[in-house]
Amino acid sequence: MRSSLVITTLLAAALLGFGAGPAQAILAGEALDDPVLEARARDISKGLRCMVCQNQSIDDSNAGLAKDLRLLVRERLVAGDSDRQVRDYVVARYGDYVLLKPPFKPSTYALWLGPGLMLMLAGAGVVVFLRRQSRRPPTAEAPLDDDERRRLAAMLDDA
Amino acid sequence: MKLKFLLPVLLFAGVATALGVGLTIKPGDLPSVMINQQVPEFDLPPLLDRPRGLASSDLTGKVRLVNFFASWCFACRLEHPLLNRINADGIVPVYGINYKDMPEDAKAWLDRLGDPYARSGADFPGRTGIDWGVYGLPETFIVDRQSRIVYRHIGAISPSDLENCLLPVVEKLRASELAANSIKLPSACQRSTQQIDLKSKLQTKS
Repeated sequence: MRSSLVITTLLAAALLGFGAGPAQAILAGEALDDPVLEARARDISKGLRCMVCQNQSIDDSNAGLAKDLRLLVRERLVAGDSDRQVRDYVVARYGDYVLLKPPFKPSTYALWLGPGLMLMLAGAGVVVFLRRQSRRPPTAEAPLDDDERRRLAAMLDDA
Repeated sequence: MKLKFLLPVLLFAGVATALGVGLTIKPGDLPSVMINQQVPEFDLPPLLDRPRGLASSDLTGKVRLVNFFASWCFACRLEHPLLNRINADGIVPVYGINYKDMPEDAKAWLDRLGDPYARSGADFPGRTGIDWGVYGLPETFIVDRQSRIVYRHIGAISPSDLENCLLPVVEKLRASELAANSIKLPSACQRSTQQIDLKSKLQTKS
């Protein structure tokens, strides 16, 4: 009875936690009236780094520059820009660094392909290791002698 | 057999080297994409009680410093005496862009501390700052005769930054008709930001 109460409380807390979602800095009055445009604006904002705080998106940041960029994104969308044009507009001023997800290009190949490469190398290593193990002849193991058997029985009795 | 024994050692050395190099990279030093680009188009109104504003068309024909400043910016105050000296000694014209500042505050600040700017404009909405890729004050740009951005200095300019980086670049630009991207920056320009710059970077209007 008591444990089910605890579980219910924990579940409720978890659900509440998920419901609240991440903190958002978007202020009243910033959002666009058009829900479709606003959704696109939020989506773009979440991928743009706040240059001041550097590890937050402009959607999460309270910094003045983040607010300006949020408004700028919305302005461009209202003016009819595609999502890509809006991102390019900001990248033209602040560089690729402003994108929280780095683009896939020669200077970032190591970043994108590195982990997969490491995994493949490690996997190859494991395969080689296992093959060698299985090729090795199994060592003939001597059966327990009387003394060992007694000690084992004593240990099992204790447990 | 010996090689196999060396493998983990080499692996360790490789990883250690990569991480060691990583430690020397300052994540605060952000490359500007504006380098070697024309200054962005802008036309700013004058500061309170000043006769003229500042537009991108004012930035041709001469090598100049363009300094983004604000009265709310602590590090701007630190570099201000140096800007005054550059102006008083006629070393290189300094143009000012007052970024997201109250007009009265900016006026009071320049009246009290001196106005080092040959021309200045007020960027109250901060949109011109965004066009220049500004993200924390103060930022100072060197603009060449063809109004291209050659160099960006983030944070307060120290006397040694001025002597060893900014002025040598200005001199090189003056001495040559070369394209800005063929100018080799002095090593002092690559030197990393100092303590004081960190402070200024944290300072942003909220």
